[in-house]
Amino acid sequence: MFSSFMLNTWIVATAIAFVAAFVGFFVVARRSAFAAHALPLGAFPGAAAANLLGIDPLIGLLVFVGMGVLLLRQLVRMGRRDVGTGLVLVLFLGVGALLLSMTSEYAPAVFSLLFGEVLGVSDADLLPILGICVLVVVGIVLYFRPLLLDSTFPDLAALQGIRASRMDLVFLTLLALVTATALPVVGAFLVFTLLVGPPAAAQALSGNPMRVLALSVIFAEGCIWSAIALSYWTNWPIGFFVGAIGAGLFTVARSYRHWNQRQRNFVTV
Amino acid sequence: MWSFGALLGNPGFFSSGPVQTALIVGACAALVSAVIGVFSVWRGNAFAGHALADVSSAGGAVSFLLGISPLLGFLGMAWIAAFSMEFLGIRIGRERDLTTGIVLGAGLGLSALFLYLDVTTTSTTGAAVSVMFGSLFAIPQSLITPALAASGSVFLLVGLFYRPMMLAAVDPDLAAVRGVSLRWVGLLQLLALGLAVAVCALAIGAVLATALLIGPAGAAIRLSRRPGQAILWAMVIGLTAVWGGIWMAYASYYWFSGNAWPVSFFVVALVFLFYLAAVLFAKVAGLAAHPKPVTWPHCET
Repeated sequence: MFSSFMLNTWIVATAIAFVAAFVGFFVVARRSAFAAHALPLGAFPGAAAANLLGIDPLIGLLVFVGMGVLLLRQLVRMGRRDVGTGLVLVLFLGVGALLLSMTSEYAPAVFSLLFGEVLGVSDADLLPILGICVLVVVGIVLYFRPLLLDSTFPDLAALQGIRASRMDLVFLTLLALVTATALPVVGAFLVFTLLVGPPAAAQALSGNPMRVLALSVIFAEGCIWSAIALSYWTNWPIGFFVGAIGAGLFTVARSYRHWNQRQRNFVTV
Repeated sequence: MWSFGALLGNPGFFSSGPVQTALIVGACAALVSAVIGVFSVWRGNAFAGHALADVSSAGGAVSFLLGISPLLGFLGMAWIAAFSMEFLGIRIGRERDLTTGIVLGAGLGLSALFLYLDVTTTSTTGAAVSVMFGSLFAIPQSLITPALAASGSVFLLVGLFYRPMMLAAVDPDLAAVRGVSLRWVGLLQLLALGLAVAVCALAIGAVLATALLIGPAGAAIRLSRRPGQAILWAMVIGLTAVWGGIWMAYASYYWFSGNAWPVSFFVVALVFLFYLAAVLFAKVAGLAAHPKPVTWPHCET
């Protein structure tokens, strides 16, 4: 399991889970699960287009996810947020369906793009992925305070001169970068699970932002490591394990909070 | 070959069996999703509707595995997802986004597993593509009756409970005061939503079903503030998009000299264009960006 061809996978997965936990913390704080779901799927035709043109998939992913962010902001400005998000999502998926119908390698390519492939990380892929992860971490460190304030107390943030539309753009850009890097490894659908599951479980356990952040990193790493290990042993798709572990963590954390609150209420009464 | 006559005439369009099936099933999907979509969009439930559609893909994958009707698979999984969201407390506003996300994530995980098992245990290699992105022209004729039955039951449900459903969607507080049981109405709505999602997923694929579910409805509520009119608009837009998409996909065989483009792509693209047109029209005509429906002419006290 730790042989040389798996080494890259472990490194990349660890880096991705780390940044996904940070960005996911804001996804949960801003209640933008729909956007976090739409962007990875919007990026997915990028890989198909790159495949068709014969260029690096990472470039295709970045281009498409960038277009997704721009279109999303435009549509959200024009109408209801959830309707706009949903339509961007299906438009890109429709384009993806079209591009996939043009390539010859059909079913296996679709499956690994949607649900991930653990063994697909080569040495050449390693550097750009790690570079983008570092970029995301730098971005989060730079914007941590205004983003957090804007996510939790938008009115207070506006009073302090933080522009909500700018924070939205920063957030979506970070989300887009994480998406583009994580997509080839865990797949379009499960990028989303990694972004939402661990942070949602963490925020059910604590109210302190720093503690939530630390917990989400721990949960995300635990989630992806065990998913890789299980996927390696059973040969089942990694996406299934990421999804199941994410939902399991959330359910356990929620039940724990319920139980804890009941205990506390009992004591005070 | 690309020729103007073939483009307009579309030889053999109406006499082809698969096209007839596609037109009927597509119409079912468009009409049903128009009705349910207007309710969902008004309630701000677009994400939940989309999540149900995505999760239903796991059902589609199971149906390949078990050899049952795909409609049954989509429907079963959509209902399971709907009730688990309800159970997790979808109605608590603050947590709604998260619980929807968690159910969606878990459902997609299951979908990954079942599609993988499809590929490894049976010889259906195209399962992932047809479950996710649909293939209207490949729907067997035997599925027309179930699709009609599912659509009919949605219309029956909505027809019987139109007023309480509309009131609960538009103004839950008022509905509660007027003695409408929000729990029951919510449950009925989930049942209807599950049926609509299953028909849409069958027609244009599980992950693209959202296009029919929220696109026409999102456009329609920009064009009219009256619930009945909005539903009518959504039906017109949805039907035009689906039938237009089918026609264009059929014709594209001649446009691109033998490389037909997928139907689902054309349907989604048309829905998107209609939405943009409706938004622009509403802007020119000076309609509000976040319209609140007029309730009292339909639910007079």
